[in-house]
Amino acid sequence: MTTITNNREEALIIKEQDVVPLRNRVKEYGVKIGMSILNQTKLITATSELVRNLLKYGGGGKVIIESVSNGRDNGVRVTFIDNGPGIADITLAMKDGYSTGKSLGLGLPGTKRLVNEFDIKSELGNGTTVTITKWKNG
Amino acid sequence: MQNNLLSGLKEHENKLLTIWSQILQETGGGDGAMEEEESKEFASLFTSALAKSDVSYENSEEFEKVEDLIVGIASSRGKRGFSPRENAQYLISFKQAASQILSEIIKNPSEFYDASLKLNEILDNMTIMTFEAYMKGREDIISRQVDEISEISTPVITVWDGIVALPIIGTLDSSRTQIVMENLLQQIVDTGSSIAILDISGVPAVDSLVAQHLIKTVSATRLMGAECIISGIRPEIAQTVVHLGIDLTGILTKASLASALRTAFDMLQLQVVKRKVIG
Repeated sequence: MTTITNNREEALIIKEQDVVPLRNRVKEYGVKIGMSILNQTKLITATSELVRNLLKYGGGGKVIIESVSNGRDNGVRVTFIDNGPGIADITLAMKDGYSTGKSLGLGLPGTKRLVNEFDIKSELGNGTTVTITKWKNG
Repeated sequence: MQNNLLSGLKEHENKLLTIWSQILQETGGGDGAMEEEESKEFASLFTSALAKSDVSYENSEEFEKVEDLIVGIASSRGKRGFSPRENAQYLISFKQAASQILSEIIKNPSEFYDASLKLNEILDNMTIMTFEAYMKGREDIISRQVDEISEISTPVITVWDGIVALPIIGTLDSSRTQIVMENLLQQIVDTGSSIAILDISGVPAVDSLVAQHLIKTVSATRLMGAECIISGIRPEIAQTVVHLGIDLTGILTKASLASALRTAFDMLQLQVVKRKVIG
């Protein structure tokens, strides 16, 4: 399944104040392709989770927002790239209730349940890249 | 030697002022009497400083005064609503005026070159300073607004004897939660309330961090001996919270503020009855 990127933009995330504008941008992408309120909310909640991780564990980084299409459906893809310490054990990090910080430990597994496609790549010492896609009718 | 060349400007101060205000008016950067006053003070102080100071400009006491003055002028212009362009134009047009006079009083090309170079160096440095001061003036306005927003954004309302409500609008981050929690707990003590309603209708998304903050607020309220109801949970928020896997089962939640209030009345054994119309 090939996807085509229609629209793309990058945002630099370095402080907590960058979270709300980013979330609004992601929401605008969702509104543009006619996403339902429920899917919009799921998408911005997922974005919110991951961008907080990016700030808390990755020390800030880059976020790419794309409007994508696979021929049958339109969607929004968001990629979070940081150069932080990386995740030692991804399987463990994807488990409900596991957290190295003092949070609920629902960020990564919860996000995966909120979106249609979820991809995580991490290398110790080289940072983490998380890509999520939410389809309009997904 | 260069400063001796520049010191000639002092004698032509009035002419300098006239040309300067002319350029300012042409570029549209003027705003009347207040500016005239400022310009006069600056031109006088600047030319005197040039006349008095020795070769090295950076360490001169006179120039420190000039710098203080221009920084004051720039931040005041920033607050008066000048655009960045107009603010930068202010000193740049002064440079134009001064260069024009220099070209009239210094006939030797090489001396004129040296003098212009020095003048440029001094005034460019000051232009940067005015820009910094302008930005700082603007940032002061922003930080004041931030303070005001955080103050007005967490109102605690006494809706009934013993019931307080706190509508939350916008994103709940850590610092915001801190203020919300403090206000709420203090209000519970002040009013002796036993029920607190936290309305999240105005919160765009509830992620795990916001949920964690809510859970903490509820726990703190319970520790104070009051019950906490969270209201304003929209359908999409409810579904998102379920997908995220957040456990809110221990918390009393309602869809609307009205139903939260009804629950609160029940808890206080109050009843709202429609009045019977007699006759």
